[in-house]
Amino acid sequence: MSKKRVLLDEGLLGVVIKRLCLQLSENYYPFENTVLIGLQPRGISLLTAIIDELKNIHPNIQIVHGCVDPTFYRDDFRRGDKQLVAHTTKIPVHLDGKKVVLIDDVLFTGRTIRAGIEALLEYGRPEKIDLLVLINRKFSRELPIEPLMIGKSVDHYDGQKVRVVWKSEKEKESQVLLQQENNG
Amino acid sequence: MAEKLLSTKHLLGIKDLSAKDIQLIFDHADEFKEVLQRPIKRVPSLRDVTVANLFFENSTRTRLSFELAQKRLSADVVNFSAATSSVKKGETLVDTVNNILAMKVDMVVMRHASPGAAIFLSQHIDVPIINAGDGTHEHPTQALLDAYSIREKLGNLKGKKVLIVGDITHSRVALSNIDCLQKMGAKVMVCGPSTMIPKHIHSLGVEVEYNFDKALAWCDVANMLRIQLERQDGDVRLFPSLREYHLQYGLTAERLAKINKKIVVMHPGPINRGVEISSEVADGDYSIILDQVENGVAVRMAVIYLLAQGIQRN
Repeated sequence: MSKKRVLLDEGLLGVVIKRLCLQLSENYYPFENTVLIGLQPRGISLLTAIIDELKNIHPNIQIVHGCVDPTFYRDDFRRGDKQLVAHTTKIPVHLDGKKVVLIDDVLFTGRTIRAGIEALLEYGRPEKIDLLVLINRKFSRELPIEPLMIGKSVDHYDGQKVRVVWKSEKEKESQVLLQQENNG
Repeated sequence: MAEKLLSTKHLLGIKDLSAKDIQLIFDHADEFKEVLQRPIKRVPSLRDVTVANLFFENSTRTRLSFELAQKRLSADVVNFSAATSSVKKGETLVDTVNNILAMKVDMVVMRHASPGAAIFLSQHIDVPIINAGDGTHEHPTQALLDAYSIREKLGNLKGKKVLIVGDITHSRVALSNIDCLQKMGAKVMVCGPSTMIPKHIHSLGVEVEYNFDKALAWCDVANMLRIQLERQDGDVRLFPSLREYHLQYGLTAERLAKINKKIVVMHPGPINRGVEISSEVADGDYSIILDQVENGVAVRMAVIYLLAQGIQRN
């Protein structure tokens, strides 16, 4: 049986996303030359939530956004039991000279982000790439990658897993959970 | 967690694939098509994989298409063609392949004139094999790219009526296409001179029509097979003359104008202009012949990528 602890409930998650959007505004307003990119597959829901919130804050600004799939650039291809399924990549503009904000839900080892950055660089040479994550799992990095904007930082213990749930047909409400992983 | 993506280790024929497998290949081909539109048309996934392309029978486009697919996935590629090899000196197929595998090759793509050659090979060697055409038996990647091209053009395969015209008996493209299209829910009809339609074709669940105009009126898609001129040289002639064939079964603009609807025209290549298809139709608005060639690379990338996940790293 898995033990669950709620890290962010729906209300608090909304507050955190609002804060992240204000941070984005502080850093990139008026979003000229800026592209928000969600990392497939799980960064997309967060990207959608952020875009919706930014529309409320700046109703007159069109924010350029897209998604990138790191699958073909991963370093664990054929290395584990896990088989890698590809997802859609959609980069709406050439990235030369752009400020790119890479968005993902949980930052753990940093390897997925590394693969995502490599995939992004195939679309041009951005002026810079910043990282925004909803949950930052501390003390678990395997590569020198740190986020600029963080929803919430979590201490990490072996066997624990962060799950971000988004409201959908299957799920009643959005929330972030810390779970004990099942052993077998 | 060791869930397999594809239900098969090799791609020997469409027979090995489930509808779910084919869908998975299509989904990945979509992503690879996007890769092929980029300024840098290459992903690093297969950078430590070596693939041998063994062509015991001539081929231009299939070999080029496979080679490009492998290179766009960053695999190392070695090419082999029978004309310049020790096969001429009497070496057996298994010996030839084992010698190549001894040089640390991880995957084999093979075309061979004998039906079942790929299946035979899969019983003797351990690496994933992709059948690039075995005699009159199967040509699975051609069938996949044909079905993918129809899906791209018409949005879906379910319920679509696909007509295959030409030498059905001697066509590996026809056999693989029938299987693939049916698995994806399309209806298939074959058409051609009765000398070119196999006796037991009904057992495959396809319809047969000998009148080309009637068949055209039925279909949404017409796949015009190449008339294999080399088969006309033997003792048994399958039709009186090329002119006669063209009159009866050649796809022309006049024929298309008569049916009064827009259909999709396909051809696996190489085209005999003025025999199975007129230049006007082959180069016309209805034709997706060049889309097929373009999609061939993306579909082969998908197949290679998915099968390569089964190769264990030492």
